[in-house]
Amino acid sequence: MVPFGGWDMPVQYTGILEEHRTVRSRVGLFDVSHMGEFEIDGAGALDVVQRLTTNDAASLEIGQLQYSLLCDPAGGIVDDATVYRLGAEHFMITVNASNIDKDWAWATEQVPSPGWRNVSPATGLIAVQGPRAEALVGRLADRDVTAIGYFRFARGRVARVPALISRSGYTGEDGFELYVPWDETELLWRALLESGAPDGVAPIGLGARDTLRLEMRYTLYGNDIDQTTNPLEAGLGWVVKSSKGTFIGRDAIERVRADGPRRRLVGIEMADRSIARHGYPVVKDDLVIGVVTSGSYGPSVDRSIALAYVETAQAAIGTELGVEIRGQARPAHVVRTPFYPPQVKK
Amino acid sequence: MANVPADLKYTQEHEWARKEDDRIRVGITAFAQDQLGDVVFVELPKTGAKVTQRQAFGVVESVKAVSDLFAPVSGEVIEVNGALASAPETVNQDPYGKGWMIVVKPSKPAEWDQLLTAAQYEEFVAQSGH
Repeated sequence: MVPFGGWDMPVQYTGILEEHRTVRSRVGLFDVSHMGEFEIDGAGALDVVQRLTTNDAASLEIGQLQYSLLCDPAGGIVDDATVYRLGAEHFMITVNASNIDKDWAWATEQVPSPGWRNVSPATGLIAVQGPRAEALVGRLADRDVTAIGYFRFARGRVARVPALISRSGYTGEDGFELYVPWDETELLWRALLESGAPDGVAPIGLGARDTLRLEMRYTLYGNDIDQTTNPLEAGLGWVVKSSKGTFIGRDAIERVRADGPRRRLVGIEMADRSIARHGYPVVKDDLVIGVVTSGSYGPSVDRSIALAYVETAQAAIGTELGVEIRGQARPAHVVRTPFYPPQVKK
Repeated sequence: MANVPADLKYTQEHEWARKEDDRIRVGITAFAQDQLGDVVFVELPKTGAKVTQRQAFGVVESVKAVSDLFAPVSGEVIEVNGALASAPETVNQDPYGKGWMIVVKPSKPAEWDQLLTAAQYEEFVAQSGH
C-alpha cells in the first residue's frame, strides 16, 4: 500500500502487467472512491460552472458529461475534472483526490454560491473497465446499460445499489464509472467481483491505472499537469472553449494561444527498454530542451514510452531526442499519441 | 518467506552468488524480484568489464522502481545474460535460474567468505521488517 492523496491505495494486487492486460483483454475493477465530487445545484448553477471551468458546460445535455479543467487567472491548471449535467441547473464535478481541499476552497471562493455541496465523503466510485465491462455491469443493472452512450450517464441500480452509471473511464477501454453511496461501495465491489468471475474480472491497483492511462496519453495531475502548466502546452486546448464567454484563466490562455506555447507535452518512445521517468531531462545536441513528466513500459505497446514537455521546435512527430538516464543520453523520438488506440464505444 | 536456496550466498542488497568452479554466477533473489514487481528492463555491463564488491554493476527497472545491482564479489565479467534484454520478465519467473545476470571471475577469492549464508540472508530479510 502506498499513500496517495491521503489514502492508502494498493499499487498492485497481483502484478502491474497482469492487471494491465486484464483490463485490455477482459475487465478490471478500480476502487477510486478517493476521488472528489462537488455538486452545484439551483438557479445560476450553469453560470457558476461556466465561470469555473474551461469547457462549455452549456453544450451538455442532461445525462451527458465532459472532460474539463479548472484554471487560475494566469492560465495554470488548478485541476482537471469531469463535469456531469444532472439537471438544467444541477451539475456534479469530479476532481482529483489530492486536490479536493484545494479545489473546494478555489470553487467556493472564486465562484461563491449557496448551491455548492462537497459530496466527496458520501460518494463511493468504482470504475469497471475493459471489453467485458458492458456484459458485467449489464448483468447486475436494473436497466439497459447498452443504451448509455460514451460520455453519457443514467441513474439506475447495480446489484441493487443506487448508482449514477457513467460510460467513461481513464483506461481507453469501454467501461463504466459507478458513483454510489459510500456505505454501499463495498457491497457493489463484492457483487462485481463475484458476478464477474466468469468474465475473468480482477481488482486493479494504482500501478496499472497509471500504465493504462499513459498508453492513452491521458494526463495525470501532479505529474503531467499542474498550476505551472497551461492547457495549450499540455495539449488540452480542445477543452478550452473561449467562445463560450468569460471564465477564470481565459485571457491568459488566449495570450498563450496567440503567441503559441513555448513548449509542448509530447509522446516519446525510447529506442531501448530503459524507462524515462518523471523529472528526467530531455536533451538534443547536448542541450536540455525538456523534461519527462511520466514514463513507463507500455505493456500493450511493448515499448518504453513517456510524456515530456519539450521546446515547441522539437515537438514534431519523428524528432530525434535523447532522455538523460543515469547520466547518459538514451535515444528516443517523438511519436503520435495515443500510444495505444482507444477501444471506447463512440 | 520467499525461496532462499541453501547452496547460494547472498548480499544485503538482495543479490545471490553461486560458485561454479572458479567462477561466480550472480542474480537477484526471489525476495528482490517480488519486491520490485514486474521487471521491464535490465542493464548489464559488457563482458570484460571489471566489477567491485558492493559497487553497482548494473540496473534493474520494474514498472514501479529503479534499483542498482551490486556486485557480490570483485572481478571480471566473463559472461552476461543477453537474453534478459528481450525477456526481462525472466528475472521474475526464474530468479535463480534463467534470470541470472552475470558471471564473474573473482579477483579477490576471500570476498566469497564475506557474503551472507542462506540462513543469514533469511534472518536479514526477516529483521528488515518483511
